[in-house]
Amino acid sequence: MGKTVKYKLNGVEREAEEGKLVIEAAKDVGVEIPHYCYHKALGNPGNCRMCIVEVAGAPKPQVSCRTSVREGLDVKTDSDLVKRAQASALELHLVNHPLDCPVCDQSGECGLQDYYMKIGQYQSAVREDKEHKGKRIVAGPHVMLDQERCVLCTRCTRFVDNVTKTHELGIFGMGHSEKIEVTPGMTLDNAYSGNVVDVCPVGALTDRDFRYKVRVWYLDKTDSICPGCARGCNISVHTNTARPWHNDGKRVARLKPRVNMDVNGHWMCDDGRYGFGNLDADRLGKVLRLSPEKAELSWFDMASELAPLLKRDGLAVVASGMLSNEDWAAYKSLFVDTLKIQGHYFSAEPDQIGAEDALLRRKEKVPNLKGAEALGLKSGSFDALAKDLAAGKIKTLYVIERDLSKVWGDKAASLLAKAGVSILQGPNKYALGDSFTYRLPATAYVEEDGRFTNFEGKVGTYLKALSPIGEARPDWAIFELLRKALS
Amino acid sequence: MAITVRTVKRPERTFATEIYLVEIVKGLGLTFRHLFVNLYRHSKRALGLKGLPGSVTVQYPDDPAVLGKRARTRHRLLKRDDGAPRCTACLLCETICPAKCIRITAENAPDVQVEKRAKTFDIDLGMCIFCGYCVEACPVDAIHMDANEVEISAYSRKDMIWNMPELLGDVPKKPSQPG
Repeated sequence: MGKTVKYKLNGVEREAEEGKLVIEAAKDVGVEIPHYCYHKALGNPGNCRMCIVEVAGAPKPQVSCRTSVREGLDVKTDSDLVKRAQASALELHLVNHPLDCPVCDQSGECGLQDYYMKIGQYQSAVREDKEHKGKRIVAGPHVMLDQERCVLCTRCTRFVDNVTKTHELGIFGMGHSEKIEVTPGMTLDNAYSGNVVDVCPVGALTDRDFRYKVRVWYLDKTDSICPGCARGCNISVHTNTARPWHNDGKRVARLKPRVNMDVNGHWMCDDGRYGFGNLDADRLGKVLRLSPEKAELSWFDMASELAPLLKRDGLAVVASGMLSNEDWAAYKSLFVDTLKIQGHYFSAEPDQIGAEDALLRRKEKVPNLKGAEALGLKSGSFDALAKDLAAGKIKTLYVIERDLSKVWGDKAASLLAKAGVSILQGPNKYALGDSFTYRLPATAYVEEDGRFTNFEGKVGTYLKALSPIGEARPDWAIFELLRKALS
Repeated sequence: MAITVRTVKRPERTFATEIYLVEIVKGLGLTFRHLFVNLYRHSKRALGLKGLPGSVTVQYPDDPAVLGKRARTRHRLLKRDDGAPRCTACLLCETICPAKCIRITAENAPDVQVEKRAKTFDIDLGMCIFCGYCVEACPVDAIHMDANEVEISAYSRKDMIWNMPELLGDVPKKPSQPG
């Protein structure tokens, strides 16, 4: 911590750490200074000239992203001079901008739109024709590039240069023909490419996955935690429920990272961002008994029917790190404290193991194995479980949010058939969903409140973004129901 | 804004209003004035003389409805010179629509300069309140309310929905069947 100094912002005496950038210090007290190129994580090249402020004593207006707070500094962000300077800077940014807001996916969350409404000229002085550049350029598997909309703030090139160090984007050309381009011979296909869409303040880089799906002003935003790996990146779930005909009927439209410097910084990986697929596909909606006689049950009938089956010897439980801390606590009181079983199987097997790197991605592709560990639960080996199943030692197999066909491959169906009674609890049906004896619908993580403990032991809260489908209940509620039926 | 109070005076009840007789004569006077003025105007024109036309009752629905020049009638989607629909699926009409009767889904347009076009464009005329906001909101002049059609009815709510080819005039709207 540097020493705290006094300075003046718009005539009001304020305190800030010495050496802090004026743009940040102003943001701390709620004064938003317009900016494109400055990004807290990507540095301050000072090329957009939007964050201009008036500093007493300086001969010319200064850029606030390169001016540091010092004792006695007197800054004005709302004087006529500042407004005029910002309006002229914005006018120059718009010289070659196509103004195709109606068809641009960024509109509604665009820096050009926002600042134009605030400080725009409202009268164009440009008489020359606009410079035409490339449109609809496929930059990579997830990103679409439109060079005309670009304001050349270089945030995206700084991201690929400094954060991922993969250098797929660069600035090419000079003067009016200067443009962002994909480096020849490369595609923007690094594991974090989606973040360039977030850092882009305009519609130059847009999401291919989200392209033309929903207008951003229809979306509801809910704070959540990415369940894609053990990192537990803070995210915002953007959902579209008011107009279900958009986004091909999918309720979750996109995921965006939330800033949390302790966990994920400003970023999230593409696996998490685009990996959610369709959460509503193949959902379990009803409490079902599939064999011997197919019937729809009420939750209470199901609990009283399952209670004697769970009490028998030979119960094995396959769980997964998708369970929240609350779920694990209820899990423990049902299976460990009440039923006193030994066989838990929830470790990350090949079905839940994937690529990892030094930036964010972790090997375990489930969010909450640490939560089980914190409660003292230990996972048995899946190979041993397979052997027990083959030997006929397991009479009841309780599977929670896990696709067995991905754990055991082709053998899974025959192994599952060996268990007398098999119960599937989870949001989705998975590949073997029809081979189970009972199916209990549970809520997906976007349909419940809960907490995940990440691999470092940091607990993150995710909130309910959508209402559950059908009769689905949170996992902890199902465990509690069974526990009450048993006692 | 400060609240201001204005006291409205009630009409005073006098002997003349109390007995109604004077009011009846006043009212009938108005009726008879219209009768004689119209009788005079119609007779004058019947004799082939020039003058103001007399009032007539429009015999709708036996005769066609007379619409004002700027009446808002059924929607119509317009086309560009090359025959493609003008609509770029920006969804501003869908957003502004207070009755939420417009449903659009978008797709890539073949022309890169156009970028985006409507894949489907449905208007539920059963829900539409004919406010004309969609026409105001459209940035590319793709939707007009000048099809001069006001007799829109169907046997089911589903048949009240017009799709894109029907709104463009490419396909005539299929008549609704009962049941």
